[in-house]
Amino acid sequence: MEKITSRHFGIPNSHLLETYRKDGGYEAARKALTTMTPAAVIEEVKKSNLRGLGGAGFPTGMKWSFIPANNPKPKYLVINGDEGEPGTFKDKYIFEQDPHSLLEGIIITCYAIGSHKCYVYIRGEYIKSINAVQAAIDEAKKANFLGKGIMGTNFDLEVVVHQGAGAYICGEETALLESLEGKKGFPRLKPPFPAVVGVFGCPTVINNVETIACVGPIIAKGAEWFAKLGSEKNGGNRLFCISGHVNKPGVYELPNGTTLRELIYDHAGGIPNGRKLKAVIPGGISAPLLTPDQIDVKMDFDSLKAIGSMAGSGGIIVMDDTTDMVWAAMVAARFFAHESCGQCSPCREGSGWVYRQVKRFYDGHAKPHDLKNLPGIINNIGGNTICAFGDATTMSIGSYVSKFRQEFEAKIKNDNFVPTA
Amino acid sequence: MFSADYIKDMDKILSKYDQKRAALLPLLHYVQGKEGKITPEAEKNLAEYLSEPVVHIHEVVCFYHLYHQEKQGKCHLSVCQTTACALRGAEDLIGYIEQKLNLKPGEVTADGKFSLDVVECLGACEIAPMLQYNNVEYKGFLDKKKIDEIIEKHK
Repeated sequence: MEKITSRHFGIPNSHLLETYRKDGGYEAARKALTTMTPAAVIEEVKKSNLRGLGGAGFPTGMKWSFIPANNPKPKYLVINGDEGEPGTFKDKYIFEQDPHSLLEGIIITCYAIGSHKCYVYIRGEYIKSINAVQAAIDEAKKANFLGKGIMGTNFDLEVVVHQGAGAYICGEETALLESLEGKKGFPRLKPPFPAVVGVFGCPTVINNVETIACVGPIIAKGAEWFAKLGSEKNGGNRLFCISGHVNKPGVYELPNGTTLRELIYDHAGGIPNGRKLKAVIPGGISAPLLTPDQIDVKMDFDSLKAIGSMAGSGGIIVMDDTTDMVWAAMVAARFFAHESCGQCSPCREGSGWVYRQVKRFYDGHAKPHDLKNLPGIINNIGGNTICAFGDATTMSIGSYVSKFRQEFEAKIKNDNFVPTA
Repeated sequence: MFSADYIKDMDKILSKYDQKRAALLPLLHYVQGKEGKITPEAEKNLAEYLSEPVVHIHEVVCFYHLYHQEKQGKCHLSVCQTTACALRGAEDLIGYIEQKLNLKPGEVTADGKFSLDVVECLGACEIAPMLQYNNVEYKGFLDKKKIDEIIEKHK
């Protein structure tokens, strides 16, 4: 299988410009800047069926075309590298092992949308990634791939690395914009969408790291080639991250049509110690759990949506048959309670409430009415908040309760425990 | 006010941004890197430097996990407790560190050598269970032996 975004992983010194140029690095950017119009670039990306790989799966070319052509304000490209969705670690590999593929994608994207400034927002803990991308920017500047008059054209572009500061919510695109403006990461109401009012009130495109790393290869090899690799309406491959109870956790670039079963058993080496699969999170912690009877699903956005889950960020977490699902629900609920930004009451209060309720089950203090109340508490978060974090809490924790209800029931005891504070 | 060499570095950071306030996160990282924590004094100075009210600086310091108003230990351990790490035994390892250093999450040892934080996903589930030490290095496939080594090295 032909690799795209992971094509340089594992090659010695893959992060250096010299290595990147060996197999045609920056030639796609040259092609776009010297032989194509911005409209033609957007058209090519539309035809490739590239979809946002941060989790939402929105068609990338269409997103770019929402930038208003006659707006006099400067336009911005913002790269979302605030990789924080539990189970996801792919962008780190691109940052550290192939930063120039990201930069080349940035050049082409900025040219397409008419932007001369790009901020790369990288999560604050990824110090190595931040250093790697900064070093790549410095190299690219020296070689005139960034800066003034790129490659002899009259196109200027400045790329700035912005270090986050440890808040999961900043992966939400409008929270990220707030954070980039030096504020608390509170998501914004939409509309207006960032394409019209983004960072500093200017038209802004926000794309995930992996999405932008696909742009160079699309321009180099053509939209048809890319579209053919994927499934219908979902071009290209995907970097799947697999972790938890598997023999070979890691990043695997595979076609979107790969099934979850193949991923777990063929690529990740199956489950250790001959144990059996109990549950699997298919797309980051926000994605509803799947049970063993559902793992023949294809891992593209539409197929996972059809069975009530989501492809999300491509982070797969596998749980074997020794896993206490009430405990696993508690761990996930603790995450949501910790990371709720606190802006909307249903989420701020609800996420903590859900965590305390699930913990009560785990601690063995739950009573029969608690199981009756729990779905109501969970379901009153989603749909009642500004951003999708509330929906994620509802969908994720809701799936533990609905699919493993018997485990919650088994923990109910009629003791006289009275919860405090 | 900040000293002249601070200002020189800070002006450089500021020049990357199209609005002054946008430089706040990197400026906080810079000041914290220099002083080991964010003091009320630093917040006041940053507010002056950016022509922002102090409350805008303070609320950002409080909102983001990576800014701290107390000094961390010389060796700071951030141990992940989220799903992938939890499935591979993070809870036991956190208990082991707590016991070994006689330390609860959020605390610093009396000699100032170690501090412990239990954190949510650090984006390294492939090497779970894992921790980050000194806010830079990731240590994966963590076990008691590796924890002992880190602690021994920083004693």
